[in-house]
Amino acid sequence: MILWVMAGLLFTPLAWAVLTLLTGFRHGRWISWLGIVLQALVSVGLWAFVTRDGGFYYPLGGWQSPLGIELRVDGLAVTFVLLTAVVAGACGWHASLYLDPEKSWHRYFWPLFWFLWAGLNVVWLGDDLFNLYVGLELISLSAVGLVALGGQAGALRAALRYLLAALLGSLFYLLGVALLYGQFGSLSLSGIAGLLESGDVESVPVVIMVLMLFGLAMKTALFPLHKWLPPAHGIAKSPVSALLSALVVKASFYIAARVWLETGHHMGGYALGQLLGALGGAAVIWGSWLAFRQEKLKQVVAYSSVAQIGYLFLLFPLTWNVSETISVQAQQGMTLQVISHALAKSAMFLAAGNLILSVGSNRVDALAGVSRFLPFSLFSFGLAGVSLMGLPPSGGFAAKWLLLQASLASGQWWWLAVLLFGGLLSAAYVFRVYRASFVEKTDVDEFYHPHRSLEVIPMILALLSLGLGLVAEPVLSVMAISFSEGGGL
Amino acid sequence: MTTGVLLPVLALMTSLLASVVIFALPERMHGVRVLINLGAAGLKLVLVGVMIWGIAQGREYEVAFEMLPGLRFVLRADALSMLFAGLSGVLWLLTTIYAVGYLEDSPNRSRFFGFFSLCVASTTGVALAGNLFTFFLFYEMLTLSTYPLVVHRGTEKALKAGRNYIIYTLTGGAVLLLAIAWLHGLVGDLPFQAGGHFADVEEALHGPLTIIFVLLIAGLGVKAALVPLHGWLPQAMVAPAPVSALLHAVAVVKAGAFGIVRVVFEVYGVSAAHALGLLSGLAVVAAFTIIYGSVRALYQVDLKKRLAFSTISQVSYIVLGLCLLGPVGVAGGLVHLVHQGIMKITLFFCAGNYAETLGIHRIDELDGAGRRMPATSVAFTLGAFGMIGAPPLAGFITKWKMGSGALTVGMDWVVVVLVVSSLLNAAYFLPVVHRLWFAEQRTPWPQERRWGRLETSAWLIWPPMVTTVFLVLAGLLAAMPFSPLNWAGLIVMREVAL
Amino acid sequence: MTPSLLYAFAGVGLCTIGLYGFVRLAHLLRKLLAFNLIGSGVFLVMVGLAQHHNGPDPVPQALVLTGIVVAIAATALAVVLIRRYFHLSGQTTLAEPARGNDEGASQSGEDRQR
Repeated sequence: MILWVMAGLLFTPLAWAVLTLLTGFRHGRWISWLGIVLQALVSVGLWAFVTRDGGFYYPLGGWQSPLGIELRVDGLAVTFVLLTAVVAGACGWHASLYLDPEKSWHRYFWPLFWFLWAGLNVVWLGDDLFNLYVGLELISLSAVGLVALGGQAGALRAALRYLLAALLGSLFYLLGVALLYGQFGSLSLSGIAGLLESGDVESVPVVIMVLMLFGLAMKTALFPLHKWLPPAHGIAKSPVSALLSALVVKASFYIAARVWLETGHHMGGYALGQLLGALGGAAVIWGSWLAFRQEKLKQVVAYSSVAQIGYLFLLFPLTWNVSETISVQAQQGMTLQVISHALAKSAMFLAAGNLILSVGSNRVDALAGVSRFLPFSLFSFGLAGVSLMGLPPSGGFAAKWLLLQASLASGQWWWLAVLLFGGLLSAAYVFRVYRASFVEKTDVDEFYHPHRSLEVIPMILALLSLGLGLVAEPVLSVMAISFSEGGGL
Repeated sequence: MTTGVLLPVLALMTSLLASVVIFALPERMHGVRVLINLGAAGLKLVLVGVMIWGIAQGREYEVAFEMLPGLRFVLRADALSMLFAGLSGVLWLLTTIYAVGYLEDSPNRSRFFGFFSLCVASTTGVALAGNLFTFFLFYEMLTLSTYPLVVHRGTEKALKAGRNYIIYTLTGGAVLLLAIAWLHGLVGDLPFQAGGHFADVEEALHGPLTIIFVLLIAGLGVKAALVPLHGWLPQAMVAPAPVSALLHAVAVVKAGAFGIVRVVFEVYGVSAAHALGLLSGLAVVAAFTIIYGSVRALYQVDLKKRLAFSTISQVSYIVLGLCLLGPVGVAGGLVHLVHQGIMKITLFFCAGNYAETLGIHRIDELDGAGRRMPATSVAFTLGAFGMIGAPPLAGFITKWKMGSGALTVGMDWVVVVLVVSSLLNAAYFLPVVHRLWFAEQRTPWPQERRWGRLETSAWLIWPPMVTTVFLVLAGLLAAMPFSPLNWAGLIVMREVAL
Repeated sequence: MTPSLLYAFAGVGLCTIGLYGFVRLAHLLRKLLAFNLIGSGVFLVMVGLAQHHNGPDPVPQALVLTGIVVAIAATALAVVLIRRYFHLSGQTTLAEPARGNDEGASQSGEDRQR
């Protein structure tokens, strides 16, 4: 039974990719709707299985590590698989109605979409460092393709910048993995963690961790390596931007977090953790400031992603050499931040796409008067903004609370400033958009009304993000699922 | 005990659901919208009334669930919540009626009334919150739902006022969050408890607790308009009169003051706050705000701005009352929550009437308005006298109780503050009253509208009439059971360990 | 100096040269070549330093093979994008052109369905 679930998660998306490669956009649409439903079912099936039996390691093809590739299915992996099912499903559904079937190049959207989903699942479930590299590359190439899809010179420029940055990041990561193999003779993350715990190995040079984290930080667009993100996320089509901001940047972060949590105690250092946290703090401030200054709506949302990604990197200082409870708190905060940001940012991009479609301009001050024609999309945008600002009862607030508690308990009170000030700065750019929508003077008479479902999807995502704070307990309990007896099949 | 769980939740849901439905209604369905508004307001009043009855009998209503590990969401109805919830329930109904009349022929009414209901839902949540976290949740929700009301008109001035409002309130919210998170990290989740938690707290915590107290008061003080955090309030006067009425009598300002009450009584406890020397500091800040607000009000030419500074001054009476360590003084401060609400809303209703009917915004345009709009002007006069503290109106009861309470505990300087402030109140209210009744109209009204034989629209007359009656009765019948004063006495007896 | 160490040093040298070129050169094709140089450098380091058993170690070899395949795919994608970019804009670098009219929904990538 579990074999089918695993195959369903990893290989069927590839099958959908190939199938949709053979058809046009319209048929691809039908296949993808079926595919999304099936993926959702499989993801829920995995969750049910893990809840019942506990987490486990799954060797692909039956070959054990370190020579074989092992997958690691624990609570965190299941959480991310479910998140992908929700967000990618919503974005795919939105794209099927949003993209113009008449444009011939849109037929390539579906294969790229499915390759992306396959890559994401590979990363969430991965335990083998090199397999993670392959997954990252799959994701990057698909994402670059999606950004470049049918675009003009500006989109291609953004896609090229993205591609070069992603490739550079991957190479640094790969170098780190190679050196790690040289030290330990194993590519399995849990295997290496086990070796470190047992104390068999002498101290590892921190350069390995630095290389890997540098590469992964490049792909996650951590300040100051963030230059590629705003053009790519701002220029791509809205469903693509939503996928990129919500899921793609999280994949490299996920790997970085896994590596740090498993091996950071031995291979990392206090200075490295604080440096990453400081860069994250700088990202929050710089990204929010730039978001406030942008004239185009989607650029505001894109720079907001740069800022929100900064919060994620507070995980590193808050889990290094602290007690178990504090580390768990920080991890829980981070997970909630990832989930709520994924939901809120995808809602924002999808709603922004609707608003731009309707008004015919992508400037922020063109929003005047939209409140009368597309109040629903505007409201979705607003609700998503509440989660970004970290106001209760949204998921963003729950994440902020847990991180505040972790900062206080570990004595690293300087992160409090980042968390609280960051919330205020995000309010600055969110309210700038709200304000633009309340202005009464407008000389635009012609509004285009998008399809009804296009407005419902961002609202659902925004409501999920808003209500995440209220259901944080069940979500965190999924994350906390422990391994089953024996830890293997 | 199922009703016990349901009632607070239902009271909250009436306005939340009303808000959702109103947002979904097309703009043109005015009649249906009015019905939903009034229906929900009435229903909430009934529910609050049932809870008040139950609490008077000694029942308890509480519902809680764990939102995050170690963090609970608690709704609890006790006597103190009912003071605030009752005030907001009654005044919501009246303000809804007023707003329907005021916004007739305005655009964007669905948006306005949707956020209006959300605002009341937040206020009810603030009243019913059972611990600091739940309070904070609804406090921030209040900030978010009042912003669209402040910027409703969409003019440059409105948007600027809204921006300032948000800067002040969200910064205050961040400070409040810091304090709550810090407190939680130190001692865990503290539900509001009669007598507070820190009656015998250890030495080591004295320092952090003092700082946390200052942070809490600062965060709450933004909404409660304690000087120097009051800057947003006069600017927010650019909002339509129903919004000013709601913000300044019921929702925002009172939420801040209510929060300070909760912190002093039910988180720290009066004895602990006194022992740490916090109450004397708070009393000084409150006294300074009272005088400062009144002095600034003297120099205002715009009627609503004068009322705004009067609010800044009057709300600090509540805060000052908390610091009067005896039951009489404290009850006086608490009851001012209700009394000031009723009186100030009357004044704002009247100001709105003058603006809508005659286009009057400045005080020097009020000459002879008494003859043209007698009912409104009577209401204004009585409200003004109530503010000054003339017997037997509601304001007099407050000042008398506070004064005698202060003398009992030996805080004589408070009486001086009360007297000075009453004189200042007279100084800025009496000239207005004089203009209304004794001055001759010299220039034509800026912009007159006629409503047949009535002086103004019926929607706009009845609410101030009703609140005027209330403010007179609250003073006359203060000794009766179920008067606001009596309820405040009940709160002090049950929940404040003095 | 064992052969593996020699490979490792050569790899590091290639990486450095490639990195310098990647950062400093503006022409897109040159950037791509620099990237391939870095890639080769990394593979050399892998072969040189990551040998774990005495004698040939299959794992790094598998890694390098996979890496080469991924690099080919990435290079192919990059070349296609560069060609199309040149065709559309006439430019060979990533420099932003003079600010033209970037307004309108079409420029942001949104198009209305007819």
